[in-house]
Amino acid sequence: MARKFLSGNEAFAEGIRLARPQVISAYPITPQTIVVERLSEMVEDNSLKAEFIHVESEHSALSCAMGASAVGARAFTATSSQGLLYMAECLTYASGGRFPIVMMNANRSTALPWNIYGDQRDSISLLDSGWIQAYAENAQESLDLALMSYYIAEHPTVLTPFMVNLDGFVLTHTYEVADVPTALQADEFLPPFKTENKLDLKNPKNLGFSAGPETNTAFKYKEHLGLLNSKPIIKEAEEKFEKIFGRKYTGLTENYKTEDAEYIIITLGSISGLVKETVDWLRENGRKVGMLRLRYLRPFPSEEIASAAGKAKAIAVLEKDISFGNEGTVYTNVNSALYKHGLTIPSSNYIGGLGGRNISEEKIERIFDELEDRETKVTFLEIGGDR
Amino acid sequence: MALNAKTLSDEEYFYGHKACAGCGGSLAVRMALKVLGENSVAVLPAGCMSAVGFNFPQLCFSNNAIISTFAGTASMLTGIEAGLRAQGITDFHAVGFAGDGGTADIGIQALSGAIDRNDNIIYICYDNEAYMNTGIQKSSLTPFGARTTTTPAGENIRGNLRPKKNMFEIVAAHDIPYAATASIGYIDDFINKVEKASKINGTKYIHVIAPCPTGWGVATDETVDIAKEVVDCGLWYLAEYEDGGYKLNYRPKKFTDAADYLKRQGRFKHLTDDDIDIIKASRDKKWAYIDKNFK
Repeated sequence: MARKFLSGNEAFAEGIRLARPQVISAYPITPQTIVVERLSEMVEDNSLKAEFIHVESEHSALSCAMGASAVGARAFTATSSQGLLYMAECLTYASGGRFPIVMMNANRSTALPWNIYGDQRDSISLLDSGWIQAYAENAQESLDLALMSYYIAEHPTVLTPFMVNLDGFVLTHTYEVADVPTALQADEFLPPFKTENKLDLKNPKNLGFSAGPETNTAFKYKEHLGLLNSKPIIKEAEEKFEKIFGRKYTGLTENYKTEDAEYIIITLGSISGLVKETVDWLRENGRKVGMLRLRYLRPFPSEEIASAAGKAKAIAVLEKDISFGNEGTVYTNVNSALYKHGLTIPSSNYIGGLGGRNISEEKIERIFDELEDRETKVTFLEIGGDR
Repeated sequence: MALNAKTLSDEEYFYGHKACAGCGGSLAVRMALKVLGENSVAVLPAGCMSAVGFNFPQLCFSNNAIISTFAGTASMLTGIEAGLRAQGITDFHAVGFAGDGGTADIGIQALSGAIDRNDNIIYICYDNEAYMNTGIQKSSLTPFGARTTTTPAGENIRGNLRPKKNMFEIVAAHDIPYAATASIGYIDDFINKVEKASKINGTKYIHVIAPCPTGWGVATDETVDIAKEVVDCGLWYLAEYEDGGYKLNYRPKKFTDAADYLKRQGRFKHLTDDDIDIIKASRDKKWAYIDKNFK
């Protein structure tokens, strides 16, 4: 293990190096570029043995990764924003084909207007594409997710592609100290990719076929089960990870002082760090507040949300996303989880950070203040309500 | 020894499919796979051959085969080739079979990328000159004058107004190691080009005319005959691009009458003598270029 000063992108690249992908297809887009630059350097200096393919578009990046995965090779690609949308067709294709590709997405705003800074509308707009979606908080978790994502995606009961999301710039370009495991440790954690679901010269198959009305639902149901099956495998991966690397993760969510909290902010990604600090400072002043971080949006942590927020007087969902004409999609999902568990807690939606706009500690404190009114409302931070 | 009907493998790799009677595309795929053999890994995008060959549970390739996205034939071939090579496997052919729309329209970007990287793949375009699978809509390889369901021939517009995109020379302009044109009407020429391509390292492209009786408006037993006639009347040609130069494989001594070729097809029935003169003039201009620039 070595301590290194790394940006989120660089930490992720280190994690991918340790995961030993055999094929990397890459097309540059800000703010993802540094992860593929570092990987190309690792291939150049032989610290990573992989085929590095310079594709001519994001659509080809994922199509190429699917080809590699379809012959049983471990594949990696990375993208962001418009690139993710450009390859959207391939997202449902990869999940339907059960190709356990890992992709890093640098969360970035989507045009128009053009904007290169971070929000999460890109990945959240593709929640229904059949991929596991994880959201990292910091550089260390980025690196660790790079390794764990393959373990989970490639598990024979899962076989589902995995998107790891890093907030653009705030996480991809911010430097932190991170532990970089040794290759020996990484190999102990992550076995080579083995699958029956591949084009095999010794046992030829036809893949990527058509399935008509009679069989289509069964295939889609199995795809759904693959995602649900990832829940115990995420737990299994984290337990093995802790044994080897000594770092503990807490599954689909992270509870931060929620146990006795009356007011909880549910959020995801890098803003969680600031919410935690706000929680600490408010608790010093006697306020019973907490934070629930959604580490995964798919599979969705319904039970975890109900269990963590069930006793709260009110909750807020703070997200960098808006489903125009409705509300933030995370909020919709959270409310569904609460309702399913018979919980009728006042819940509010705070939409912030769009196009990289800063969310300050004061704003977070204001959310906690407003929660005491126990309203149910949708608010754009610094702009106002939805009317 | 050159491949021919006698020396070609008896193995079948593409059968039990539900292609239309007289389908030229299925003949091209079947013949090419006989040449390339059981270690072929075939990629077919959305299109006729994937629509007729991959209907679960009726899967019609006895070699490895997969449907790619419509635009992604070449990029998926790239991944397959790299993925197998990364696992130390080298005894295979990554081969794509894409139609004219999948090649010259939506797939041209990924194809260009693969040629640029010189990926070790074989890309075969079976050209039936329109989006036949979706019901005969114009592609950029639909010839001038042809009636399709999106280029109707009426009082105001007389079918397709644009000439066929020159994919062969577009591909050659990438300085690809090997490119060729072919026709299923000259099947020996086609299968020998496939075999030649299989022995060349880097990207290979073969553009084979594969008539569609349904879309062209000819009888189902006329496919091979009309695929021969398009070459004989000079509206298509058999050529290769190799080592930076073009080579013509067959020069008809005298063209058969292009009017006969056109008039026997439903899609050209509406053409006037003036239209046919335009087509002949365009053919003669092309042949002047070929005679000057092709060896």
